[in-house]
Amino acid sequence: MHTIRTPDLPSREITDEALYWNRREWLKAAGFVAAALPLAPSTLAATRGDDDELTPWETVTGYNNFYEFGTGKEDPKRNAQGFVTNPWSVEVSGEVKNPRTWDLDDLIRGLAVEERVYRMRCVEAWSMVIPWNGFRLRDLIDRLEPTSKARFVEFTTLHDVRRMPGQRSSILDWPYTEALRMDEAMHPLTLMVTGVYGKTLPPQNGAPLRLIVPWKYGFKGGKSIVRIRFTQRQPLTTWNVMAPHEYGFYANVNPNVDHPRWSQKKERRLGEFFRRDTLMFNGYADEVASLYTGMDLRRNY
Amino acid sequence: MEPVAAQGPRRVPGSPRPGAPRRRWVPIAKVGVWAAALVPLLVLSWGLAGGFHVVDPVEEIQRRTGIAILVLLFATLSVTPLRRITGWNSLIRFRRLLGLFAFFYAVLHAFSYFVFDQELSFPAISADVAEHPWVLVGLLSFVLMIPLAVTSTQGWIRRLGGMAWSGLHALVYPIAIFGVLHFWWLVKADVTEPAIYAAVLAVLLVARFLVRRR
Ligand code: HEM
Repeated sequence: MHTIRTPDLPSREITDEALYWNRREWLKAAGFVAAALPLAPSTLAATRGDDDELTPWETVTGYNNFYEFGTGKEDPKRNAQGFVTNPWSVEVSGEVKNPRTWDLDDLIRGLAVEERVYRMRCVEAWSMVIPWNGFRLRDLIDRLEPTSKARFVEFTTLHDVRRMPGQRSSILDWPYTEALRMDEAMHPLTLMVTGVYGKTLPPQNGAPLRLIVPWKYGFKGGKSIVRIRFTQRQPLTTWNVMAPHEYGFYANVNPNVDHPRWSQKKERRLGEFFRRDTLMFNGYADEVASLYTGMDLRRNY
Repeated sequence: MEPVAAQGPRRVPGSPRPGAPRRRWVPIAKVGVWAAALVPLLVLSWGLAGGFHVVDPVEEIQRRTGIAILVLLFATLSVTPLRRITGWNSLIRFRRLLGLFAFFYAVLHAFSYFVFDQELSFPAISADVAEHPWVLVGLLSFVLMIPLAVTSTQGWIRRLGGMAWSGLHALVYPIAIFGVLHFWWLVKADVTEPAIYAAVLAVLLVARFLVRRR
């Protein structure tokens, strides 16, 4: 049976590891982390390859694209420090049985939190390997009971200039929205994240609730989500609207379709000097390629 | 055919006017320029050696050297307008140094791209240049700097003659413009920073035509 690989950290990260496992034990005792959940054999065989060392905590939480807190990679860590995520409410609307606004705690109460080590590939041709803590989006969607008309699900990031100073500049059309097709959203790899490295998600990483779709470019993973809307028609997504020839709706990691600014054939794993080959669907092709059979991925980039 | 006008002994730009008093502060100021121009290299080395947290070493190299090239190019370009405004002719004696330092950082910048990004693969580089205009203008800017660096010596100034030399070195304008364009095109959404550099360059170019020779 396949289980999600728990991180086997290299010895040079030994202090991190000790700290990390302590935290895990503690969290487990407190009932936050469900111990090694069994997964469907076919779905998660490849969550982490042999060559995927965990990206250190400092990098994961100190090098972020989160324009709501500034466009520099180090801006979010600096500018998101006092960001208050409690209380937090999430509006659930559109093609759903009971449209309503939820308190976040109620929304996610009881959903099974797992740890998933995923590669994260940014459209800017760099990548990380990150141990997320979260639950399957699918479990949340089951709870929300979308109607049979729902074909897409849209995620909206908080829009609050006072709390998100980056929104003072109009480089993007706020609020940030992202969306998935329902079958993508229901895929067992698709995760709603509330933590990283066994800790509560820091604000610069999209606290308190963000999306992670590991076979897509990082920008698909909406952060600090305040609205989940089910729709019949394909929603507009921020980067796609801003530069349609550069960022598609699907944004699947694909080494064969270049971005006008960057070749996507290779990527730099952060911290390394030389680049490595980018894998189709970020290495999750066995799990997700079937979602796109018959689609022209050059046109639907 | 018109006879070529007899030319007096050509004065090498940057060299003291014959009979001009030797300025003792010039060598001291040169040390200052060296020190200032080496700051980006020192900061970069300090970071790469682990002095502060560097997430992506290659990006760190490209950023710091990219900015250093532009700043030094702008310093080079500001020599003439400043000299005309202040009447401080000795400023010219720093121009070659500034230009060569710009080229030095351009070599590091290009090196990091050729070696780390492209692993010296010619097909990969040509494909990247052909597909990405921002890489193309960066490369053009770099390539144009090479003849200027080579001909920066007094020997070359003499060999080419003042007119031809100045003509060749007017390439510094396209070099700077391509450099800014390269910066502008490589940012994803927020063009504030390249816009600042573009504005400074515009001021420097305009100043050159407004402030005529005294
Ligand atoms: C062989 C020629 C060149 C190549 C291949 C090249 C390539 C690059 C690359 C790969 C980056 C990093 C892009 C990123 O971080 O996404 C960069 C950044 C940059 N380059 Fe170049 N470059 C070249 C020449 C130049 C020249 C001659 C200049 C200046 C006149 C210049 C100025 C810059 C600047 C200002 C940056 C941005 C720094 C920042 O992001 O803060 N480049 N270049």
